Amino acid sequence: MAEEIKAGCARPTGGPVGEPVQEKTENKENIIKEVSQMIKVGQKAPDFTAPAYFKGKFVNIKLSDYLGKWVVLCFYPGDFTFV
Amino acid sequence: MSIDSVFVHKMWNDHELSKMVKGGIPFPMLSDSGGKVGTVYGIYDENAGVETRGRFIIDPDGVVQGFEVLTPPVGRNVGETLRQIQAFQLVRNSKGAEATPSGWKPGKKTLKPGPDLVGNVWKEWKTDMAFD
Repeated sequence: MAEEIKAGCARPTGGPVGEPVQEKTENKENIIKEVSQMIKVGQKAPDFTAPAYFKGKFVNIKLSDYLGKWVVLCFYPGDFTFV
Repeated sequence: MSIDSVFVHKMWNDHELSKMVKGGIPFPMLSDSGGKVGTVYGIYDENAGVETRGRFIIDPDGVVQGFEVLTPPVGRNVGETLRQIQAFQLVRNSKGAEATPSGWKPGKKTLKPGPDLVGNVWKEWKTDMAFD
């Protein structure tokens, strides 16, 4: 499911997939509208890919690969933090 | 998921977390350097450059059923997350015929929404059921 990635010198990164990335416009109102958009319950979780460390390997994870399963997605401030 | 690189994730898992959890972390530790995913999910703190404690429950259709966001100094209650997943699974399996009232946990009574229940919840559910 998850493709393994080679450990090189560059930091692997991921990002949102599927949804078109909105171009930043000159119009300030539009920008504020975009930023204030929050996830809503009952709506699709935005798909993304992200590099991960999983059972001794570096892999790429895509959220939509987990369709058919329950997923808990947890964010936290940083590794080696206390809480 | 945090803004740390996968290399830092490996070090944290191998040198600290594996001392708390036998065999190490059993799920993928995701890296979001730059906070791009965290921004889409509305939990990235641009001023601090870190992600806040956001937790999203996503069902098998990829739909967000619930989320919780805390500032960094307060940790989560994993038991409550598990309880919510169990409740969402029950509701899903019943195809909406059952609902879980406040304080529900596995083994406790569910409600069956419908015309007969309107005005009669007080017969089925008492306030002490909101608590453990």
